[in-house]
Order: sequence, then structure tokens, then C-alpha cells
Amino acid sequence: MTILSVRGVSKRFGGLQAVDDLSFDVGRGSIKALIGPNGAGKTTLFNLISGFLKPDRGEIVFGGTAVQDMPSYQVSSRGMVRTFQHIRLFPKMTVLENIMVGRHVHSRAGFLAGMLNLPFTWKEERRIREKGMEILELLGIAAHAQAEAVSLAYGQQRVVEIGRALACEPQLLLLDEPAAGLNMRETSDMGGLIAKIRDMGVTVLLVEHDMSLVMKISDEVVVLSYGQKIAEDRPLAIQKNREVIRVYLGDDQ
Amino acid sequence: MARRYSMVVAFAALIVAIQLATRFTDSSYHLTQLTMTAYYSLLIVGLCMLIGYAGQISIGHAGFFAIGGYVSAFLTTHNLAPRRGGGFVSLLSKSGALVARPDAFGGDLLHVHPWLACAAAILLTVVIAYVVGGPVLKLKGHYLAMATLGFGIIVYRMALGTEFLGAADGISDVPGFPLLSGLVVTGNSSLRVSNYYLAWGLVILGMVLLLNLIHSRVGRALEAVHGAEDAAGAMGIPTARYKLNTFVLSAVFASLAGVLLTHYNGGIGPSEASVMKSVRYVAIVAIGGMANLWGSLMMSLVLNYLSLRGYFGTFDDTVFGIILLLIMLFAPDGLLRRHILSDLKGLVSPRSAGEEAP
Repeated sequence: MTILSVRGVSKRFGGLQAVDDLSFDVGRGSIKALIGPNGAGKTTLFNLISGFLKPDRGEIVFGGTAVQDMPSYQVSSRGMVRTFQHIRLFPKMTVLENIMVGRHVHSRAGFLAGMLNLPFTWKEERRIREKGMEILELLGIAAHAQAEAVSLAYGQQRVVEIGRALACEPQLLLLDEPAAGLNMRETSDMGGLIAKIRDMGVTVLLVEHDMSLVMKISDEVVVLSYGQKIAEDRPLAIQKNREVIRVYLGDDQ
Repeated sequence: MARRYSMVVAFAALIVAIQLATRFTDSSYHLTQLTMTAYYSLLIVGLCMLIGYAGQISIGHAGFFAIGGYVSAFLTTHNLAPRRGGGFVSLLSKSGALVARPDAFGGDLLHVHPWLACAAAILLTVVIAYVVGGPVLKLKGHYLAMATLGFGIIVYRMALGTEFLGAADGISDVPGFPLLSGLVVTGNSSLRVSNYYLAWGLVILGMVLLLNLIHSRVGRALEAVHGAEDAAGAMGIPTARYKLNTFVLSAVFASLAGVLLTHYNGGIGPSEASVMKSVRYVAIVAIGGMANLWGSLMMSLVLNYLSLRGYFGTFDDTVFGIILLLIMLFAPDGLLRRHILSDLKGLVSPRSAGEEAP
């Protein structure tokens, strides 16, 4: 069953056709990876899917609804949540508070309720906090709950960012280079975490440069080059694909 | 939560202590400036919420203050008696929305009730804040500062150039505002003490509302918007709407301050809308620590009082200009930051100040 469907999407920046008539589907419960050389349009595509950019043409259908014209916050509240290539944690907030922001779409206290400190908000705040701690336990970073998030080691900040996205209870998690800047052991842990997230029933779409990670955890891989899809297949088949090898390693001639 | 309200109680005690001090030193005339300070403080804490927590600067809040003050002043002084026969006026009159009083020359004056005038002032402020804030808050940094500055200048020039708003003279002979029976916002010296407590009571009420907001889901979302706007959007927070709502909220605080101070002073003039007033408010929030409601409130109490008592003499505006300049140069995060205590501890013993909190 398809959870996300990218249909004929194009995006041009001035003279650069960053994404060119691209189509692919993501099946529910799978891990799908987007790879391609630098400048292939992966991050642009991510921004298009998550509502940070509007496509010039084409449709992005998530859970049966066209979302390409929605602002990013509406896309997230529908259950498609992203992380960032450059970690974007909230500074001056603790790890737990960062995760608690992720509960935003699952709580409802507004300006008036907040100012009047209405009783229903007390219970809601307690639930937000409990859920936040639950996620920290799951990720194994509960010990750092009260530390300022941006003071953690880089690898742990990545985990916090993923935890914050998980707090939204997404159906589809978009990970933008989750292993960027991680050492080998951290990368391997990250692979384990992503597989665990998939096993929790969350579909994962990721952009990644680390081929060993991609090949190990992905169910399917889409290869981009100059904004176009040149291959879409299982990891083993991708490794043998002549066009993919040509794009990555160059021609014989 | 206990800590949140214990600060409120401590501040209330300070307000009582100040009043007692003026009583025992026989200097209760200070209460007049302290009451005016309270109304300016109402604006300051609202602006602190906008600048410090939502991360959006406004150098136009004197404009909202003036909108509140002028609307209220105009409606409570404009004589409707000549149009008593008109359908709309008689309808207002019958519904109790008008009051009659003798004017300064012994004639009789029929005007809108202060409660209705206040409601109209707030309503107009909300509309203007939404209309201005919608497009303006799409801007960031210097551009937002300049756009709000422009708004402030427009309000100032309109107040200065509009004949029925008294042009350069402003509006005087504004009556007191009977909030509750026996509780009138007025500069009448026999009601000085009750007005002092009323004004600071309103500030404390405003503080409680804002402190609650900061510690709520919305406060957390605003802090997220301030820290990393794109990531906040990715968490499902409608960032534009949250910024706009905070802008409107702070405008309402400013406008209400304008309404009440105008009734207290018995009038308002265009200088209340001037750009230097807006700069002064930003300077106070900055020296108060930006994202620090208590710091801004304390700085507002001290600096507004000193200014209103004339301690800065002819250098009044200069003082606030210099404060802003020094803060921007040497402490761009504000002087009384919330974590200043742990920062200081960190200076003394660097090892104990890390994140080793239990």
C-alpha cells in the first residue's frame, strides 16, 4: 500500500532544473532511500515533499491527499515529519523540552487557555511530559533529559532531533542525511535506530550519502541524477545497475 | 509553578512596601509618577513577550499605546449633545452607553461611556494590529524593525496632523474611568492610593497571564519559533499565526496601557506616539534581559519612575538612546538575562556551571 506518491514533480531555480518530472511511490511500512551525487536534487526534493518549497508542476500525495500546496506545518500535522541535514534543535531548551515541542500537534492548549492556566492544560502538560520521557527512554537518552539540547555530542543531537520528530507520532518520517557527521559506530547505531523505527510501524524515507548504511537498511532505493530518476530498485539490484555505476564513477570512455 | 507565583507575591509585597514607604516619609506625591510607571510597565511586559519570547522586534508600540489613548480620549470628550435627536445617538443613550456631565465652561456634555470607549479602543487596536502585523511579520531582523518604525511614525504624524484629535495640543479634559463602583481611574489626588494599587494590580494581573502563557504549550512553541523557525514549522507549529497572535496580544497590552494612562492623566498628546517613546520601550526590554519578564518589569519600574520624576532632565531621551546603544554593543542578549545567576557562578567556578544539574 502506498503512503506517499510523488507524481511528475518539477522544480526550477533560475536556469537550474533542480527536480525534473520526478515520480516514485513509498510503500507503507518500508524504508526507502534517495541517493545520488551532490547536486542531484535530493534536498530540493525533500523540501518539496515536506512543504518547505512549492513544486512548479506535479503532485505530492500523502495518505490520499494532495499536499503540495500546504505550508509545512500542515504537512507535519498530517503525519509527515522531517528532520534536517544540519541539525535544527531549539537552543536554550532542554532535551526534554525539545521533545515536548514535538507533541504540539497532539495537544491543543491555545493562547487563552495558556494565559488563564485552565485546569485541562495541567493534565495535558503532564501527558506531554510523560510522552516526552517515554521517547527519551526508547532512544536511550533519558539521562540527558534536563541537559541543554545543543550541549550534547553531535551524534546525540541527531538522536534528539529524530526523537522530536517521533514525538509527533508521524506515519512517514523524512530523514535528511541522518548519518552526516557521525562516526562509524554512531552510523551503525543510527542504522539500528532507523530499523527500529520502521518496526514500530513508521514508514521512513531518507536521503543519505553513506552507501553502506543505505544498502544495509533500505527496502528500496531511488537514484537521482540532475533532478531525474535514473533507477529505482532493491539495494542489491541498484549496486549492479550500469547507469548508477556510470553516474557515480564515470564512463570508461 | 510554585516559583512562578512566589515571584508574583514577592513583587506585590514590593509594591505595598513602596506605598508604605511613601506614607511614612510623607512623600505620597511620588505615587502619581509610580502609578504612571505602572501603566507604562503594562506596555513593557507585553512588548517583552513579543521581543523576548516570540523573537519579533517592534519599534512602533508607542503607536498602539497612542491608538488606545486617542480613541478613548476622543470618545469620552466628543460632545454628542448637539446630535441628541439623531437616531443612533438616542439609541446609544437609551442603552446606557452615553454619560452626561458638565463641561469646563458649565455647558452640558454628552459623550460615550469610558467602558464603551475602552472596548472600542481595544477593538480598533486588534484590527489594526492584525492588518499591520500580517504582512509586516513576514519580515525579519532590521526589515521588521524598520517596518514597525514606519508604522509608529505614521501614527505619530496622524495624531499630530489631525484637527479633531487636537493636533499638536492633543486631547484634554478626559474624564475618569469608573472601572468598578468606588474604583475610578483618575488623577484626582484624593484617590491617589487606590489608583496606585489599581494600576499595579493590573500590572500583576498582566504578569500572571503572561507568565502562565510562557509556561504553557504556546510559550514552548514560541520559544521554538524564536530558536529555529523552520524546525518549529516542521513540528506542526503554525509559526506565522503564533507570531501574529503574540504581536496582537502585545498591541492590546500597549493599547490598554494607553487607555488607562489617558484617563489617569486626563488627556493625551502626540508625544505619546513619538518614535522616541517606542525606542525607550525597546531599550527597557533590552536592559531588562529581552526574554525576562521580571527583569523588564523591574527596569521599567526604576527607569520610568526616574524619567517621570525628571531625574534625567533634558537628557531624558538621550539616556534611553544610550542605554539601547550600550546594550546592543556589549550585551546584545540583554543585561538581566534569565540565566544570569548561573552565568555568574560559571565565571567564579567554571567547573560547577555545566549541565550537571540533577
